[in-house]
Amino acid sequence: MKTVEEIKAAIEAAVPGAGLEVVSNPSVSGQHSLLMEPRRAVEIATFLRDDAGLALDFLSNATGVDWPDKEISEKVKVTRTVMRPVDGVETPVEETVEETRKRIVPGCLEAVYHLYSVEKKQGPVVIRMKTVNRSDQVQLPSLTSIWRSAEFQEREIFDLFGIVFTGHPDLRRLLMWDEFKDHPMRRDYVEPDDFEYEPTAHDEVLKRAQEHRAKVQGLGAKS
Amino acid sequence: MAVAEDKTERLPGWNRPRQVEPDGEGELLEVAMGPHHPSTHGVFRMDVALDGERVIRLKPVFGYLHRNHEKIAEGAGYLASMPFTDRLDYMCPLTNNWAYALAVEKLTGQEVPERAEYLRVILGELTRVVNHSSAIGFLIQEMGASGTPLMYAFKQREKILDLFEALTGARMMVNYMRFGGCRVDATPAWLAGVRKVLDGLPQFADEFENLLRGNEILMARTQGVGILRPELAVNAGVTGPMLRASGVNYDIRKVDGYGIYNRFKFRVPLGEHFDVYDRFMIRMLEMRESFGIIDQALKDIPGGPVMDPKAKIRGFRPKPGEAYGRIEAPKGELGFYLISDGSPNPYRYRIRPPSLINLTILEDMCMGVNVADVVLIFGSVDIVLGEVDR
Repeated sequence: MKTVEEIKAAIEAAVPGAGLEVVSNPSVSGQHSLLMEPRRAVEIATFLRDDAGLALDFLSNATGVDWPDKEISEKVKVTRTVMRPVDGVETPVEETVEETRKRIVPGCLEAVYHLYSVEKKQGPVVIRMKTVNRSDQVQLPSLTSIWRSAEFQEREIFDLFGIVFTGHPDLRRLLMWDEFKDHPMRRDYVEPDDFEYEPTAHDEVLKRAQEHRAKVQGLGAKS
Repeated sequence: MAVAEDKTERLPGWNRPRQVEPDGEGELLEVAMGPHHPSTHGVFRMDVALDGERVIRLKPVFGYLHRNHEKIAEGAGYLASMPFTDRLDYMCPLTNNWAYALAVEKLTGQEVPERAEYLRVILGELTRVVNHSSAIGFLIQEMGASGTPLMYAFKQREKILDLFEALTGARMMVNYMRFGGCRVDATPAWLAGVRKVLDGLPQFADEFENLLRGNEILMARTQGVGILRPELAVNAGVTGPMLRASGVNYDIRKVDGYGIYNRFKFRVPLGEHFDVYDRFMIRMLEMRESFGIIDQALKDIPGGPVMDPKAKIRGFRPKPGEAYGRIEAPKGELGFYLISDGSPNPYRYRIRPPSLINLTILEDMCMGVNVADVVLIFGSVDIVLGEVDR
């Protein structure tokens, strides 16, 4: 079984211009993965399936992961020229100040695929794809045409995370009902306010149900 | 309730479902089989469009038992998810526990003591016997033999569940495996009880196999029905007895050799005709192989602890990283994918459910067959909704 670096070299030889990066896995399992750029993903996947040496004909698992936006505060040394009185005369002086800057690293959604070879009894080979951001650019190419087992799993990732798989034959929700809004497995998912069906609420649910009923009654009083 | 519209793009390709044209001129009859249905193995719906008796289109709809297990695990923690894994494939709680424990042990590199490995094998194979005999029993029941053949299987299942209760305290939701071993040790009296149950199992298997082999109705209804070609099975991610009935020699106990399975001699039965009858005979034969494995395990089980002494139960914080661990559960390949960020809760906890992925080609197998066969084909996939929906 080839190592991740060898597989990367094989893919780059067969699919020129494939943007690949090895993501090393710090845990003991040693299952390092390859991060693919979405634009060449279908060709890379076809190569992985059809290559005689790898023969990764079996897609075992397709997962979605949510990486939310992170706020990073870093200390930056800033050199500025300011006017300061020196010996009574205003002169430009260079000052170096340490500032704390906050910036937001945009998050993304990720799809991870675990591939095995039934023919050669080898694996797993892990490939990943990341979307551009979490809000509007959430498309990734679908690998269903290459491995049929991705059909339901990509539907589930669409349902629970919101990644839109272009080229999927039947992309609709799988576990939630069709009219459901929002994507439940995201880290910032807020449950909808529907306490009408809660018969014996207690603890936090009771608190939220009481707030909800007060709000509804307040609205009712206004109207 | 409106039947789901068919928004599927009929893409060309060898691994896409084939088109069946209706040959009448009337409208298609749209039937929703389920979710309240005696033969759908749980709350499961199939939106079937029929031309007379023939199936033109079949769309499975599920999610009725979705309990959000994966998100609960992100809040609850590693050990607290162990009882929830019991409830995934609720016919086989011990193998679910084992798959999860294996994935965490892959993530952290914990070692499992020998005695615990042998106990895991004995319990896993007993679970396989329970699952396969119930699957066959339910098949015969769905064909109309209302209840009695199933009770043959359940008689043995009761004996095995009594063993589980004696060891773990619960018949079904056992919560028995831990990361690094098993929760409770087995006494010599318990092992003698397993030996006693095992001695009665081959005779049960012979009786049961006669029900399959000697029954003309069963043979006429299942042979040649629901054929699944091996290339499509592999491409669709089918695993377990369904894959082996399609002639593909892939048993994760042999391929990965997880635990101590490479110490046991057992054969992997393969199907030749790829139909429903093969799937049930494969389950029958695998049951017999399981008897052999339990026999060998009972002979060789050593003494010792059943839990890794360095294992931390409280304050369990695996180092950051990810791991995918899988086992050959009775229904197929049950895998757990865990991403840890160093905190006591998993960052991502994903279950690879064999039942859901085996359903991918349900439509393919049911195209153009009669409605009566749909129930049998669906029964041969052998799903459990707890696993499909999680």
